[in-house]
Amino acid sequence: MNRHLQLETDDQGIAWLRFDHADSAVNILSIEALQELDDILDELEVTLPKGLIILSDKKNGFIAGADVENFRSGMHRREAEEHIRWVHNLYQRMEDMPFPTLSLIHGFCLGGGLELALSCDYRVTRDDESTRLAFPEVRLGLFPGYGGSVRSIERIGALQAMKLMLSGRSLSGRQGKKMGLVDQAVPERQMRATAISFIENRPALRKASRFQQLLNSLPARHLLSPMFIKETAKHARPKHYPAPYALIDHWKAHGGDRGAMFDSEAAEVSRLLTGETAQNLIRVFFLQERMKSLGSHVQFRPQHLHVVGGGIMGGDIAAWCALKGMRVTLQDREAKYLTQAVERAHKLFKRKLRSKRLVSAAMDRLIPDPKGYGVNQADVAIEAIFEDLETKQKLFQSLESQLKPEAIMATNTSSIPLEDIAEGLNDPKRLIGLHFFNPVAKMQLVEVVRGAKTDPALIDKGAAFVRRIDRLPLPVKSSPGFLVNRILMPYLLEAMSLLDEGVPAPAIDRAAVEFGMPMGPVELADAVGLDICLAVAKKLAPLFDLTIPRKLENLVVEKKLLGKKTGQGFYRYEKGRLQREKVDSNYQPPADLADRMIFRLLNESVACLREGVVEDADLLDAGVIFGTGYAPFRGGPMHTIYSGGLEQQRHRLEVLEQRHGGKFHPDSGWTQLGEV
Amino acid sequence: MSKTSTAARAVYIVDGSRTPFLKAQGKPGPFLASDLAVGAGRPLLLRQSFSPEQFDEVILGCIAPGPDEANIARIVALRLGCGDKVPAWTVQRNCASGMQAIDSAALDISSGRAELVLAGGTESMSHHPILLNQRMVAWLADWNRAKSFNARGRQLVALRPHHFQLIIALLRGLTDPLAGLSMGQTAEKLAWRFHIDRDAMDHFALRSHQRLTEATDNGRLGEIEPIFDNGGHLFETDDGLRRESTLEKLGKLKPAFDRPVGKVTAGNSAQITDGAAMLVLASEEAVKRHDLPVLGRIVDSHWSALDPSQMGLGPVHAMGQLLKKQNINSEEIDYWEINEAFAAQVLACQAAWQDSEYMQQEVGLDKLPAPIPDERLNVNGGAISIGHPVGASGARLVLHLLKTLKQNDAKRGIASLCIGGGQGGAMLLESAS
Repeated sequence: MNRHLQLETDDQGIAWLRFDHADSAVNILSIEALQELDDILDELEVTLPKGLIILSDKKNGFIAGADVENFRSGMHRREAEEHIRWVHNLYQRMEDMPFPTLSLIHGFCLGGGLELALSCDYRVTRDDESTRLAFPEVRLGLFPGYGGSVRSIERIGALQAMKLMLSGRSLSGRQGKKMGLVDQAVPERQMRATAISFIENRPALRKASRFQQLLNSLPARHLLSPMFIKETAKHARPKHYPAPYALIDHWKAHGGDRGAMFDSEAAEVSRLLTGETAQNLIRVFFLQERMKSLGSHVQFRPQHLHVVGGGIMGGDIAAWCALKGMRVTLQDREAKYLTQAVERAHKLFKRKLRSKRLVSAAMDRLIPDPKGYGVNQADVAIEAIFEDLETKQKLFQSLESQLKPEAIMATNTSSIPLEDIAEGLNDPKRLIGLHFFNPVAKMQLVEVVRGAKTDPALIDKGAAFVRRIDRLPLPVKSSPGFLVNRILMPYLLEAMSLLDEGVPAPAIDRAAVEFGMPMGPVELADAVGLDICLAVAKKLAPLFDLTIPRKLENLVVEKKLLGKKTGQGFYRYEKGRLQREKVDSNYQPPADLADRMIFRLLNESVACLREGVVEDADLLDAGVIFGTGYAPFRGGPMHTIYSGGLEQQRHRLEVLEQRHGGKFHPDSGWTQLGEV
Repeated sequence: MSKTSTAARAVYIVDGSRTPFLKAQGKPGPFLASDLAVGAGRPLLLRQSFSPEQFDEVILGCIAPGPDEANIARIVALRLGCGDKVPAWTVQRNCASGMQAIDSAALDISSGRAELVLAGGTESMSHHPILLNQRMVAWLADWNRAKSFNARGRQLVALRPHHFQLIIALLRGLTDPLAGLSMGQTAEKLAWRFHIDRDAMDHFALRSHQRLTEATDNGRLGEIEPIFDNGGHLFETDDGLRRESTLEKLGKLKPAFDRPVGKVTAGNSAQITDGAAMLVLASEEAVKRHDLPVLGRIVDSHWSALDPSQMGLGPVHAMGQLLKKQNINSEEIDYWEINEAFAAQVLACQAAWQDSEYMQQEVGLDKLPAPIPDERLNVNGGAISIGHPVGASGARLVLHLLKTLKQNDAKRGIASLCIGGGQGGAMLLESAS
């Protein structure tokens, strides 16, 4: 008896293969499931049904892809290649079945799942937005390895297929139909009938049009691949992210030859799979999964959020939560302080939802509430007003008296200790921190802050709320700057010290980007706002012995140049676009430029770990990656330390200390790291 | 209509909110009729101790819902989070649609069919449609049938200027098709019959603006909840109010209906407006179960009909017969709200109320009632200054009258409207005190 796949044949002789992976919320192509598929193909080759329809019994989707667990670590390249060739063979047998085969798809159909569907004769999907077809492999440092790079090009042509594989972008059923990736997108009620009619009528198979086939010819490949490389280079550096470049080379070299494509796919994907980038990205994937599971064991299904404070943070938190289906009331002193939040929310909904009907529904869920009627209905209340202790204390006292006893009470403060805010509450255990990052709609991480008195059970509820709005919760201890701001600050200040020393901003930013940061620190400071940077720095400086660079103070206090929002900070902006000045081509930046910034960040990470700001090194890595954009392919700061060799990394820090003084003094936590 | 039976259950009005009333600016305003009802309903429902799913039904008055708002009450109910299981229906009685919704809710509660009802009215007059004429509709049908190039060419040649004459639904709606008079002309007729001159009308209009100004500035309009459009604009007060209005300015306006010698102008008529008002009605049992605060009670209501060309006198009929039915004297009414469709029309109502021949022969009252005192009528302004979103006004009057009774520690009030087509509606309310 199979555990994951069940085969039934109906009265008309059509075989239905139902996939329902045991012990997993989603269907994944585990080794066990693939072996069952192998056995079933054996059987089908003998029984020869009238047709085969593959479908999923999981509510959330068809197949979410290969089981990433299969490739975790320590896998030898030859082993990986063998595995890929085995699946190639399996999918080839599916393709060669003498009867019509069809994948009946709803929800997620990703990676290996989409590749399985492509090896069938036909694909029928549900036509709603929940259908998501994609090749996300590139995000794990890979490209499709179960024949996807071959069959997608055959079905929809190189131009469209390469774009899909290079971007990892997902398509709805209707978009898939338009592109030719699926044969029919129909409403749920017509799925079965449509599948049966395909099996009975056996229409001609989908193939790329003649023009699209032409784009797969050798001259076209030579013409197109530089374009793909140029496009890819805008998002990823070859040194950091080799996968998309490997895919382009693979196609350019073998595009016309099916057999060679399969061989090259097996060789290239197994090489990438066992390489450092993919292994680090796979690790980050699992860290993300771990954060996603936080709070999943508590029964907390919040429906209504009340936000106090209609500024940028409060308004954007409210909008995001309404977008994610919660009913949200947004309060400020007077109605007029809420208009901008409503307008920004509408823009966000329009961008994210597209359909007018859904935008209007989201607007209905977001309720401007100047009189605070929503408080006693709320399951979660978040304060996001200006940073003033007394005002916050008063606010929470009033919230405490009105909120339901089981409701979560949270502050979005980044600089006032929770313990101080909780003073004067009847029950100080109730207050937690929910620290969002700006811009809310982009930053996935939310720090869930535990004060000295906070009830730990509320941290789980807070995490459950963060998951409810599709963000990643990071439990942190209430201490200045929490995790993300604290780790970021020495890095930013070091960049500004370098400015003080006369290193040009573009050189500083370039060094950080070359390390793998999504944006240089100087540009980041301008984007965040120099006034905010200075305020946070001033809060943290006395605690962590930081020096505030002269230039920062000068710009903010004397010149009132606050960064991108005022059109000028360290850089100049025109219509919001950065105007980068050319650096003299003879200029030689200091050799330890990147090290100076990165090692301050690494050293602060070690300090945070020692102080127990987060539970362990893995959560620290995840928090810094999702909270700051720290180079994911490097696996996070702690991983950077370990993979570079603990002793060597510490030595580099000591060298920096000799050269630049005490701010590079290794934290006492370094000595404990070896024990891990 | 028969007298309310003694067996009927009491009907309470628990709470209510309305949007600011927004004067139509000639082009479609920022809110659809359903947006307005949702705007008034969201804060109202948020402050209740029960959830929106606990309503037994939702009833809304609306004369012209938009093309995507068929049975607008159901759309509003769903948008307000009442859930799939709360039925909803829409009523239409022209200018009294909002009051009809409340009356229908009251009937369902008094008969025991419902315990908790959301009722009100909404209208976006700035969104009233502009229609193609019949000839154009026929031409379009032929065009769709014409497939060949030649047939289409012949169709194009057949097109004439008269095909492009549009029908402005709002203007047609404000014209009585049987009497052949616009609503403004029916007001002119009343002015002629009861000798109401231009000066009296303009005085009345000015007073309406002055009273609304005072009510706004002194915080007597707490029933208004602010509404926000998607472009970052906020609406907090009735924007048809003309604080700077004077007799001189009003006197300069040209007659709008009987040109060039008529007396009814845009200045002494109700404004064309977008707005909504929503109320929560409950039975005694529901009041107890959810521990609801009570604003007041609906004692009874009455609907009358009369000559369509004198529709403005509808309130006289409805109020007269209601008082007679309830055996209440005019003096016992503490506050009156008569919808200000036209200054001439309200003044005519007051005059008719004191006309023994009219009251006897047309209304059927043997004894002449005491006059309706100016200082007890529309004390915080009316449709001339606030505006008259036709489907919503009836609900606004009921809500505002209850608030007025409460603010003044008074007991009894009557809200009434004239209704295009020749009807009048009146509702007798009692404050909760």
